Amino acid sequence: MSVTDLFSVIQSSLSADQDVREEIRKVVQVLEQTAREILTLLQAVHQTSGLKDVMKKCQKAREHFEAVRTHLDELKTKFPADQYYRFNEHWRFVLQRLIFLAAFVVYLESETLVTREAVAGILGIEVHRDRGFHLDIEDYLSGLLILANELSRLALNSVTAGDYSRPLRISSFINELDSGFRLLNLKNDSLRKRYDGLKYDVKKIEEVVYDLSIRGLGKGDSRVEGKVLEK
Amino acid sequence: MNREGGFRKRKHDNVQPRNRKDERESKVNPSSPVLLAFKSFQKELDAKHDKYERLVKLSRDITIESKRIIFLLHRVTSSVHVEDLMCLAEVAISTHLEKVGHVIEEMKEEDMYEFPVLFTSGLQEYVEAISFQHFIRTRSLISLETINRRLIFTPTEVEAENAEKSALPVTQDEKQEQQPLCLQVTPTDYLLGIADLTGELMRMCITSVGNGDIETPFEVSQFLRAIYDGFTYIGNTGPYEVSKKLYTLKQSLGKVEDACYTLTVRGSEIPKHMLADVLSSKTSMSEHEEGV
Repeated sequence: MSVTDLFSVIQSSLSADQDVREEIRKVVQVLEQTAREILTLLQAVHQTSGLKDVMKKCQKAREHFEAVRTHLDELKTKFPADQYYRFNEHWRFVLQRLIFLAAFVVYLESETLVTREAVAGILGIEVHRDRGFHLDIEDYLSGLLILANELSRLALNSVTAGDYSRPLRISSFINELDSGFRLLNLKNDSLRKRYDGLKYDVKKIEEVVYDLSIRGLGKGDSRVEGKVLEK
Repeated sequence: MNREGGFRKRKHDNVQPRNRKDERESKVNPSSPVLLAFKSFQKELDAKHDKYERLVKLSRDITIESKRIIFLLHRVTSSVHVEDLMCLAEVAISTHLEKVGHVIEEMKEEDMYEFPVLFTSGLQEYVEAISFQHFIRTRSLISLETINRRLIFTPTEVEAENAEKSALPVTQDEKQEQQPLCLQVTPTDYLLGIADLTGELMRMCITSVGNGDIETPFEVSQFLRAIYDGFTYIGNTGPYEVSKKLYTLKQSLGKVEDACYTLTVRGSEIPKHMLADVLSSKTSMSEHEEGV
């Protein structure tokens, strides 16, 4: 084969590759849109009145996750299953967001840490790589770190809204998460960078807890809460 | 007063955080589901990092080995014992392939693209070496399929190498063993490797003039021109790294064409043993011009 022929073979495989990427990008764009909608829905918990109908909001968010599942199913058809990591950077960001959102919903509903299996269930993807489109462990951990950041904000805002017991619960949750992350030997990559931010979230929440405890607030004592509100 | 205050404060600092930390640690139940889950994550991540490190090492080995083969091949062009050296190169390449076999063994159940470090240097260097050898042999460009065909291993070969390492593959079911293991060079790595090849060809062209070989430079320049046309055909549809190499490629082509020009114009006038000097002064001059 002549050099020209060889290069035209390469060229056609390159442009086929580009077509695949284009297709993936389209689906990812739709996914990002849905993720933003879910986030907007859940952001309402930071409002003073938002904490009351949390359950209803979570219900609605879970309905949106159905759309996410269909989009992800579509994404799975766009590339060969064994080339997950080849195109992985296209959906990495949005997948981390979605993991965070799923973890946030689960936290708001039950105040527990979502398991990897549960996230995979909510998103309609696999846990283990050999079964197809899966949930990468580093993406899962990154999603949890975004959750920690969000919860540190929630601790602050729930105090503003008059809910003094929530920060204490968030504090113990984050502490558990923090000691979990301390078990990991992280490499110097983006996950590690994110993890370095976790201590600031922990600190912020501890400060909120401190503020509450020196004023004798929290501890689930509703009488005290009432008094402060009267003032 | 001041000093005492400082002291008290320091003492306070010393004691307080430890207490707080203990308290926090004790609050977290070591056998809680969260911590158990994280323990399994720890194992998973460590395994992944270990594999990554092993692959980096293999990739480096492949790079070094490939560079040595390239140097060996450069000696071929300036030697009378061409066949002997070519045999040596052949042997070097086949032992080299064993190393690639190890990589494949590592990657057996993996997605190749999870560890892209392998493909940035190791495989490109390998493509460079093997295509250089192919050019010296046949004066043509090796195709991607030919490279990939050499990277398909019958499991027995690899198994034999790894037999001492682990008994595991032997006990695995027959079906999986029958499947040939293969590593695929991607079009991008192929392109980048070929772009590196052009640099070697340029060196080969200049040294062959030094040896009084008048034909090789013309063959090389023709070949380089064809490759350059190929790269311009791909243009910017290729990845970013490819277009970066295009500039160096053009420089190499310029040098080779310059050499051919000098040979044609003055080749008949100058005695052969002086040709190299004329050429080197010419190329350094043109380099200078480009710099300005």
